[in-house]
Amino acid sequence: MEKPLTQHIDLSKGPLSLKEYEATGGYQAVRKALKEMEPKEVTEVVKNSNLKGRGGAGFNTGLKWSFVPMGEGAPKTKYLLANADEMEPGTFKDRLLLEGNPHLLLEGMILAAYAIQANESYIFLRWAYKTAHKALKKAIQEAYAAGYLGRNILGSGYSLEMHVHVSVGRYMCGEETGLLNALEGKRATPRAKPPFPQASGLFGKPTIVNNVETLCNVPFIVGRGAEWFKGLSLTDEGGTKIYGASGKVKRPGAWELPLGTPLRELIEEHAGGMMDGHRFRGALPGGASTDFLTEEHLDLPMDYNNVMKADSRLGTGTVIVLDDKTCPVGFVHNLERFFAQESCGWCTPCRDGLPWVAKTLQALEEGHGKPEDLEILSFHTTYLGPGNTYCALAPGAMEPLQSALKYFREDFERHIREGGCSYR
Amino acid sequence: MLTEEEKREIEAHIEKLPRRSAACLEALSVVQKHRGWVSDQSLHELADFLDMTPHELDSVATFYNLVFRQPVGRHVILVCDSISCWVMGYEKLVGRLNQKLGIQWGETTPDERFTLLPMPCLGTCDHAPALMIGDDLHRDVKVEGLDEILERYE
Repeated sequence: MEKPLTQHIDLSKGPLSLKEYEATGGYQAVRKALKEMEPKEVTEVVKNSNLKGRGGAGFNTGLKWSFVPMGEGAPKTKYLLANADEMEPGTFKDRLLLEGNPHLLLEGMILAAYAIQANESYIFLRWAYKTAHKALKKAIQEAYAAGYLGRNILGSGYSLEMHVHVSVGRYMCGEETGLLNALEGKRATPRAKPPFPQASGLFGKPTIVNNVETLCNVPFIVGRGAEWFKGLSLTDEGGTKIYGASGKVKRPGAWELPLGTPLRELIEEHAGGMMDGHRFRGALPGGASTDFLTEEHLDLPMDYNNVMKADSRLGTGTVIVLDDKTCPVGFVHNLERFFAQESCGWCTPCRDGLPWVAKTLQALEEGHGKPEDLEILSFHTTYLGPGNTYCALAPGAMEPLQSALKYFREDFERHIREGGCSYR
Repeated sequence: MLTEEEKREIEAHIEKLPRRSAACLEALSVVQKHRGWVSDQSLHELADFLDMTPHELDSVATFYNLVFRQPVGRHVILVCDSISCWVMGYEKLVGRLNQKLGIQWGETTPDERFTLLPMPCLGTCDHAPALMIGDDLHRDVKVEGLDEILERYE
């Protein structure tokens, strides 16, 4: 089983240095692209590989790049941004890449920037990732010194500057247009689309924002081709995925596996099964803003299409497990309180709806629930759903709620009937 | 007055950007690094320096979780209160911190040693529950291990 992204990562030894990275074949893809490939050929191979955005949205990466204006008439300044603001609760996969192999991200960024002919790039890093910050700073210095960054890279005539922006916190910064506003020194509220960032993004210039894991795949696709990449997965979607598991499993962790690995294998083999005395009840497949899967979905191949067919989303691929000793209502209350707090307040359904949802769930937990509360929760899942808000925060927040109401309804009803939580 | 060192550090960010105000988050971080928090006076000085109005700058400063507009203690304890840490019992850690330090969320100990704040997911869910003190990440934290951790911070 090939693990291109993580095979050289050993966190106990710290990040790979430039020399170590080059010894693994690092920066060969940049050499190849800058010497032999036109920018549009880089976009084409990534598009053909079917690489889908690993930050959660799952959009074809090469297709996204192809929307950037190119050629003579295109704006001179363009930006390539790496979204390293990993703040989706339950998600810890990009940390592994950033701390373990920062040059891989840099190489992916250089290739992506070359493909869209951007000369400026930023890594938008969350504040809490101190170890990653150190690793990135050193890697960028090394890359400049070796001529992989800066003016006239490897004598190709192509130039790229790279900076790190350390965020001062807020979940909204991970939203593509919120991130742009944060980089411009504004509140991280979302922007209306269109215009899409590919045409008018950072400071009004064409901009691509890609997730860290997405970018880390690019050097391998450029180096080894689209067909090789497609062959890595168990289904037709291409590539590996860094999956993770947290909650009451024996060995929580993150593992790079073929895309399409079933949930059962993830939990029973890689996470070592449930902790003694705990039974699997459900799981969020990819962070806080995804719908629950339950026992009936254990054999589901975890790729974008299959998880969507089960009315959920692969999201970030880092699974949060709900066990039989943990209250599903309390679980969802924790999630909704988070979303209510992190709502930027830009649009009304989210700003007013999420605190209402959180307070209703709190009332259920504290024993003040009323029979009509279930109806209140239920109509929010419609009114805060897709199409009613500027960004995906509120619709995402409704995903675990609506699926919990479906799969764990008896628990909600018991909280009302018995006047509180029987799990405590 | 902004010190020469602060100005130099902020200018290093400004020079990469198309307008001075775009560096305001970095500038707030610089001031907070040197002064511990961002007072009204600091905010006014910074706003002048960045060609912004104080209200513009405050609207940005108050949006972000980690810009402190009130004084904090020498060490800020950020306890992850998100889902994986909730499942693994972070509330017990907070209970112990409340009792040991005599402070609730958002409060600072009278000796200005610690401030206690909740923090969304710290991205280390396979080692939950987790918390940060200053720049240090503490993972797989147990209630019985808390006292020993706190002792490391004067």
